[in-house]
Amino acid sequence: MIRVEDVNIHLGEFTLRDINLAVDKNEFFVLMGPTGAGKTVLLEAIAGLVPCKRGTIHIRDKNVTKMPPEKRGVSIVYQDYALFPHLTVRKNIEYGLHFQKIDRGEAGKRFNRLVEILDLGHLLKRLPLNLSGGENQRVALARALMVNPPVMLLDEPLSALDPGFREEIRNILKGLHTNSNVTFLMVTHDFADALSLADRAAVMNDGIIEQTGSMSDIFQRPNSTFVADFVGMKNLFDVDFNGTTASIGELQIELGRIPDNSHGYIAIRPEEIVLSKERLASSMQNSFAGTIRCVNDRGFFYEIEIVLNNVTFRSLITKRSFFEMGISEGMDIAFAFKSTAIHYF
Amino acid sequence: MVKKELFFWITISCAIIILAFILLPLIEMLTAPSFSMLKEAFNDKDVMRSIRLSIYTAGLAALISFIFGTPLAYLLARNDFIGKRFVESIIDLPIVIPHPVVGIAILSVAGKNHWIGQLFAELGIRIMGSVTGIVTVLTFVGLPFYINAVKNGFESISPRLENVSRSLGASMFSTFFRITFPLAWRSMFIGIIMCSARAISEFGAVVIVAYHPMIAPVMIYERFEGYGLKYSQPVAVWLVSICLALFLILRILTLRNRKEI
Repeated sequence: MIRVEDVNIHLGEFTLRDINLAVDKNEFFVLMGPTGAGKTVLLEAIAGLVPCKRGTIHIRDKNVTKMPPEKRGVSIVYQDYALFPHLTVRKNIEYGLHFQKIDRGEAGKRFNRLVEILDLGHLLKRLPLNLSGGENQRVALARALMVNPPVMLLDEPLSALDPGFREEIRNILKGLHTNSNVTFLMVTHDFADALSLADRAAVMNDGIIEQTGSMSDIFQRPNSTFVADFVGMKNLFDVDFNGTTASIGELQIELGRIPDNSHGYIAIRPEEIVLSKERLASSMQNSFAGTIRCVNDRGFFYEIEIVLNNVTFRSLITKRSFFEMGISEGMDIAFAFKSTAIHYF
Repeated sequence: MVKKELFFWITISCAIIILAFILLPLIEMLTAPSFSMLKEAFNDKDVMRSIRLSIYTAGLAALISFIFGTPLAYLLARNDFIGKRFVESIIDLPIVIPHPVVGIAILSVAGKNHWIGQLFAELGIRIMGSVTGIVTVLTFVGLPFYINAVKNGFESISPRLENVSRSLGASMFSTFFRITFPLAWRSMFIGIIMCSARAISEFGAVVIVAYHPMIAPVMIYERFEGYGLKYSQPVAVWLVSICLALFLILRILTLRNRKEI
């Protein structure tokens, strides 16, 4: 549906290098990465709002690299909604109809359907200025979908919203994607949003794509330290591999399989590290004991930092087990993790 | 109550001095002419003709600035290019050049010794001593005020609105007329007022290019030179009233604008 090949872009301080991306029809594809990675620039390049220095962009098997934005058949939705402030909600939603050849009856039906799905009926006569963030974003979605675009480009549509609205818009996006045959390409810096919405994703950093794959691939098998850190792999170690073990200094960790390189990294999600007061005699291959260096309150969880041979492990435990175990800083604790919980690259 | 510091009293004193400095001469001038003299000036065909000409030429200068300045202001607001600062300083030049120099500069291009002047002469366009000349001069001095006001207006409109409009199928022209123009019209209106207010007040450049037909500032100068202060005041009062009216509209508009945001 969307095919980006060897695209290079120079725009002010942004430089995108050799971007390759393929989004399938009806897919919900997410472009992740920290602020300043160049995600929005890439999105705007696909929309035709930013020129490519090199490379080609195909949409629906048509080379659109040199086409103006209005001919590409993509709708864009921005984080700040970008509603036309001088037009009412109704006029905003109907804006695209001026430029599309759409049968009136069909347009009316679609309008009513979108207004119903997005619950905008009571807002039609209002100006965007007086709407809440969630309402604004619903209007922006309706406006974009009104022209029945084959491709929807979403630029951090959830980032500016309060948590309540965020959840709501996330569910709406999910529903819209399931019930339409529109291809969604969404940019976000939030991994949780990506996890709940995307079929596949790409992680961008500093103008290049670090990894592309299914959400579970990226989550389970990050291929670089950057991606691992980005997806929340708090335990990331520089190691030497020897057979099925990985060594961090003197510490030996059992991988249960042989990696194909002799030096690399291992990553363990903090929730995979299990704590106990006594050393566990369980099936976990990696069982250690260390000292708790510090305890961080993370809302529903506590993040516990454990030091062993100058190596720091981070574990997440629930508040309940925190109190049950009577954890305090400076105490000795046993911890363990399965070899299958270890990701190496 | 907290005792006010010396700093506070200094700021207040300066404010009072400045307000008095601006207002005293103006009030004195406005109240000096008697009602009968004002009425006499109002009935004086020459005076009213000069004021009408002032408004007409200043209005034309503003219209020309609007037509040619708007695209340029848009270009400057939306694009970054090498030499943009340079272009912006060129646009600001008419503000800093001494007024008689403006007149002389325009005459040196429009005169018989320059090919542009010769071309104009062949086409039957006269700059020296004509309404065309006055409008040329007023446009020259008023343009920067229009362009700067409208450039700021365009800059305050998010380019994302235009991006969305285009992604929904609108061409650049449609986008400009449906989105950008309606959102920028207020700044254009303010630009027109700034430009014409500046144009109405121009004297130095006009007097060199066209002493006749006489615009109001030249008329005031002539009355002052020929008959003295007393006879120039009524004309000045009428002119100032018009300038104040323009300024008042400007203030009301900007205040209303702020309330909406």
